[in-house]
Amino acid sequence: MNTDIRILSPCGMLGYGFPEQSFMNGLKYELHGIVVDAGSTDGGPHKLGAGVSIVSKRAVKKDLKIMLSAGLPRNIPIIIGSAGGSGARTHVNWTLAIIDEILSELEMEAKVSVIWADFTQDEIHQAKREGRIQPLSPNIPPLTDEMIDTTKSIVAQMGHEPIVEALQAGSEIIVCGRAYDPSPFAAIGIFHGKDPGLSYHLGKILECGALCAEPGTTKDSILGTIGEDSFTVQSLNPARTCSPTSVAAHTFYEKEHPYILHGPGFTLDLEDCRFEETEPGIVRVSGSRYLPAEKYFVKLEGARRVAYRTFVIAGIRDPILIGKLEEVEDYVRSQAREYYSEIPESDYQIRFYNYGKNGVLGSKETEPFQGHEVGVMFEVVARTQELASSICATVRSTFLHYGYEGRKATAGNLAFPFAPSDIEFGPVYEFSVYHLMELTDNAFRIEFRKGGYKHDRAR
Amino acid sequence: MTVLGDVAKVLRSKNSGPFEITLDVLFDSKDDYDRVKQSGCITKRTICDLYRVKEEQIHHLVFFDQALGFKVTISRDISSGSVGDRDVYGAQQHAPLMKLAIHQSEEE
Repeated sequence: MNTDIRILSPCGMLGYGFPEQSFMNGLKYELHGIVVDAGSTDGGPHKLGAGVSIVSKRAVKKDLKIMLSAGLPRNIPIIIGSAGGSGARTHVNWTLAIIDEILSELEMEAKVSVIWADFTQDEIHQAKREGRIQPLSPNIPPLTDEMIDTTKSIVAQMGHEPIVEALQAGSEIIVCGRAYDPSPFAAIGIFHGKDPGLSYHLGKILECGALCAEPGTTKDSILGTIGEDSFTVQSLNPARTCSPTSVAAHTFYEKEHPYILHGPGFTLDLEDCRFEETEPGIVRVSGSRYLPAEKYFVKLEGARRVAYRTFVIAGIRDPILIGKLEEVEDYVRSQAREYYSEIPESDYQIRFYNYGKNGVLGSKETEPFQGHEVGVMFEVVARTQELASSICATVRSTFLHYGYEGRKATAGNLAFPFAPSDIEFGPVYEFSVYHLMELTDNAFRIEFRKGGYKHDRAR
Repeated sequence: MTVLGDVAKVLRSKNSGPFEITLDVLFDSKDDYDRVKQSGCITKRTICDLYRVKEEQIHHLVFFDQALGFKVTISRDISSGSVGDRDVYGAQQHAPLMKLAIHQSEEE
């Protein structure tokens, strides 16, 4: 087959939004897929651990409604990668419910495929026993049985294979659990017989929306076209344009290495790629090399609850106090510890963040402090919420009233912007699993279902 | 004296996964890129001093000519969003690199 395969990426994250006109400009081309990434680990472990999203249902529905109402009547498959933010079961179900809601509002039916990416604790235990698990980088500790037992939500990043299978089955909407970000895009090209190196490289670019254009943004649409030995990318918004440098530079983004990318079952080598402008704003890329790995590894992600947090935000304007801030904070911490001497110190931690001074870099800040005001955030993380809040209240009242040496402002040390001052944050999570697992067979289960408006039920 | 923040077009930091921070420095022109690359100022040593990390914490330091940029990936002390982390997305860890002085290369 010698046809060009075109993929429209509406935005870099489902629920981030995009100008509808950009999307409509993409529909002027003959499209083979509308693909959107919906997940990331960037926002930390909380989404995966707590089973929640970081975009609102309202925003996801708004984006998806545009995609479904344009794609379904034109028979263009629609693929959602890493549904719901982390691609675990609860995230996928949340997304499916939104799709059903849209389909019934549009009075449409669709063949929906779901590709699950969850792994049970038993499956991970077994893989560990068989020596199929290893840390992803040197600073990640080896996986222990205790870590597996305390991690309730574990997913793996799928490759293109199960998505291609869903396309072969004639799916109109494919909802993927956790996927390697480029995989859902690569699946379209590979399904149509295109080179996997080009398909994945294009996927790596498209998954971020228009971030590879100038000015770059994740909140706009982009078009990718795969030919025989190259692919092209172009902005769908006349206010942005792609250049060879902007597209080449995009491979840097969020990746550990500028031109070597490790995906499920392969390495992508982009060192010898060529980036050329074929017509104004259209960049052609060639030379992307797909190197199949000897063993098929997928990346596992798991998050577990480690503590509960209560925190306070306050401002300090008093120059005398600012001059001895760390000293006062040390005193406040030790006072609270002394007051709760019956509670083991390992049950909780007290931390101060001095914004305006070294809030971002902490002990690694090298700039000398200059300023007349500091924003202080202090937190207590503890075994239970009750303990965190109790200790935080003591820290707050001690800090507020402590009569440090040389104090003139004897009425109070902190300016709270809000009442109440203490904010219960809830559980705190950590990435407890971030390891590679060798797969021996296809572990991502596909479920075929019909979604949407039911004529017989409506009658 | 020229500092990196004045020459670079893009100078940013971001997580590359929850256990690493990656620093990207990209340039407008091949001249600027070559000047910085050939200055010899971008070394593991300089990054260690700027970020107060040990050499084994630098996972990659790579120049990519086609993109007119270089990348440095370092391990995080605390993984993204865990207790004690100060920058969940790792998006504000680039600032120390902006002040890095770029000297003339000795060959020039």
